[in-house]
Amino acid sequence: MTVTTTLTYRCTPGPLHATLLAGTVPLFLGALLSDIAYYQTYQIQWSNFAAWLIAGGLVFCGLAWLFALANLLRAEPKAGRPTVYFLLLLVTWALGLVNAFEHAKDAWAVMPSGLVLSAIVTLLACVTTWVGLTNLRSGGAQ
Amino acid sequence: MKPSSTLTVLSMAMLLSACGGEADSTQARGPDPKLPEPQRGLLPSMKIAEPVAWGEQKPTVPEGFSITAIATDLRIPRQTLVLPNGDILVAEGRGGSAAKLKPKDVIASVIKAEGNTKVKGGNRLTLLRDADGDGTYELKTVFADNLNAPYGLAFADGKLYVANQDALVRFDYEDGQTKAGGPPTTVTELPAAINHHWTKSLAISPDGRSLYVGIGSNSNITERGMEVEIDRAMVWQIDAATGAHKPYATGLRNPTALTIQPGSGQVWAVVNERDELGPDLVPDYLTSVREGEFYGWPYSYWGQNVDTRAQPQNPAKVAAAIKPDYSLGSHVAALGVDFSIPAMGEKYADGVFVGEHGSWNRDNPVGYKVIFVPFSNGRPAGEPLDFATGFRGDDGKTRGRPVGVTVDPKGALIIADDLANTVWRVTRNK
Repeated sequence: MTVTTTLTYRCTPGPLHATLLAGTVPLFLGALLSDIAYYQTYQIQWSNFAAWLIAGGLVFCGLAWLFALANLLRAEPKAGRPTVYFLLLLVTWALGLVNAFEHAKDAWAVMPSGLVLSAIVTLLACVTTWVGLTNLRSGGAQ
Repeated sequence: MKPSSTLTVLSMAMLLSACGGEADSTQARGPDPKLPEPQRGLLPSMKIAEPVAWGEQKPTVPEGFSITAIATDLRIPRQTLVLPNGDILVAEGRGGSAAKLKPKDVIASVIKAEGNTKVKGGNRLTLLRDADGDGTYELKTVFADNLNAPYGLAFADGKLYVANQDALVRFDYEDGQTKAGGPPTTVTELPAAINHHWTKSLAISPDGRSLYVGIGSNSNITERGMEVEIDRAMVWQIDAATGAHKPYATGLRNPTALTIQPGSGQVWAVVNERDELGPDLVPDYLTSVREGEFYGWPYSYWGQNVDTRAQPQNPAKVAAAIKPDYSLGSHVAALGVDFSIPAMGEKYADGVFVGEHGSWNRDNPVGYKVIFVPFSNGRPAGEPLDFATGFRGDDGKTRGRPVGVTVDPKGALIIADDLANTVWRVTRNK
């Protein structure tokens, strides 16, 4: 019996890229939890926390997206993982920005759209981080 | 304006116009304004004044009137007071210590600052005197300084009252005095935490016994929390002798100027209403301030129009809210009011002058002028008339922003301009 071993080459993000990418999860998740707290208590400070956490999430997400761009440019072939990861980050950031504007509304005007967007953006951040951390591109990388 | 900031404001404006409302819409003014539905895009509409110097230009006043700058290079003049001998006192300053709670506050404060003066507030009262009555105020001297953002001014019975942003204070005053005899006496402390709306407007009853202080809300619409709105958005009645005070009327978001109606002794106010509900909401208003009544803020506006941004809501308060007397139009930012006198001429004899600082939350700017609201039988009657215009030119540049308006018993209107740091005087031509 012959055993054939297939060597799968997986490329994962460097420490800085990984930190920026994974950092989006607690930031957007923190915003979601703060929104839930505001929704339940009417205590405005939760809404303030959410607004700043979203701003932080956008910074991390935006910088991670630059790494994703570099990865896309270097990847061969570009189709598949590199493109999916790049687009996921882009959509996360874009919806995060819309959410930031929603959270710039005064008092209860943030609700319920801000809460719904926070949930969507948090989910997207989780998926994107999972995708990015497991594999940036398959084989052929320089 | 720096090129970079021009670009920022411009790009903001472009972004915003895409999601703003109608290009132009008629401002509902008068006793029964028709109110549209609330609307707000992803970003609030912002159109910020682009300041330039007056140069050789002046505000435009009606036929038969002239306007002169009687004092320039002031340090943010807000309200003025004509003393019994004809001297004019000018309150100069800028207050507020509201923390920036959200990323939005940081960004908006930078943008809004573009439309205001860069001069540091004077925290003082300046006295102007025209000894020979030729219309030139040759004496300009500091009457009192080291005040804390003084705004409202009132005089009765040899006592000069000044509403600082944190306290109502009193000076003893003798006819002809050009400098205060010493530091003022505190009549009572005023609500001063945060001071999102810091201006404390002031009026005094003709008998000199009751003072009325307008205290603005600590937010646009409770976005700093309900807890910080205790003792805010109301008019206090204060006993001049003891400093004892009580809420006189409540639910007035930002009562920026108060005045007493001659004859009736009724307190009147101009009030700035809430922003970010669209270009034609919510109308700023002129109203008689009825004792014990609630005017809606924050739960509702113009009667029972519920503002869902204020939560938890209070249906009992909404039901109790009364309508103000007269809409001045949304976002005009009325900051000055005073009753006219027959010496202003037949057309302007009966009514009030209102100083409008001008809008920021509107694509098509409004305000930036002084208007006259005619009265009949002691009530506002008819369409407002423009009295002093040209503060915002057809070229889109802003040369001045009117604040306090004061009728001089000699038959003149004093206008404080806090962008040009100038005091204007409008007189009838002989």
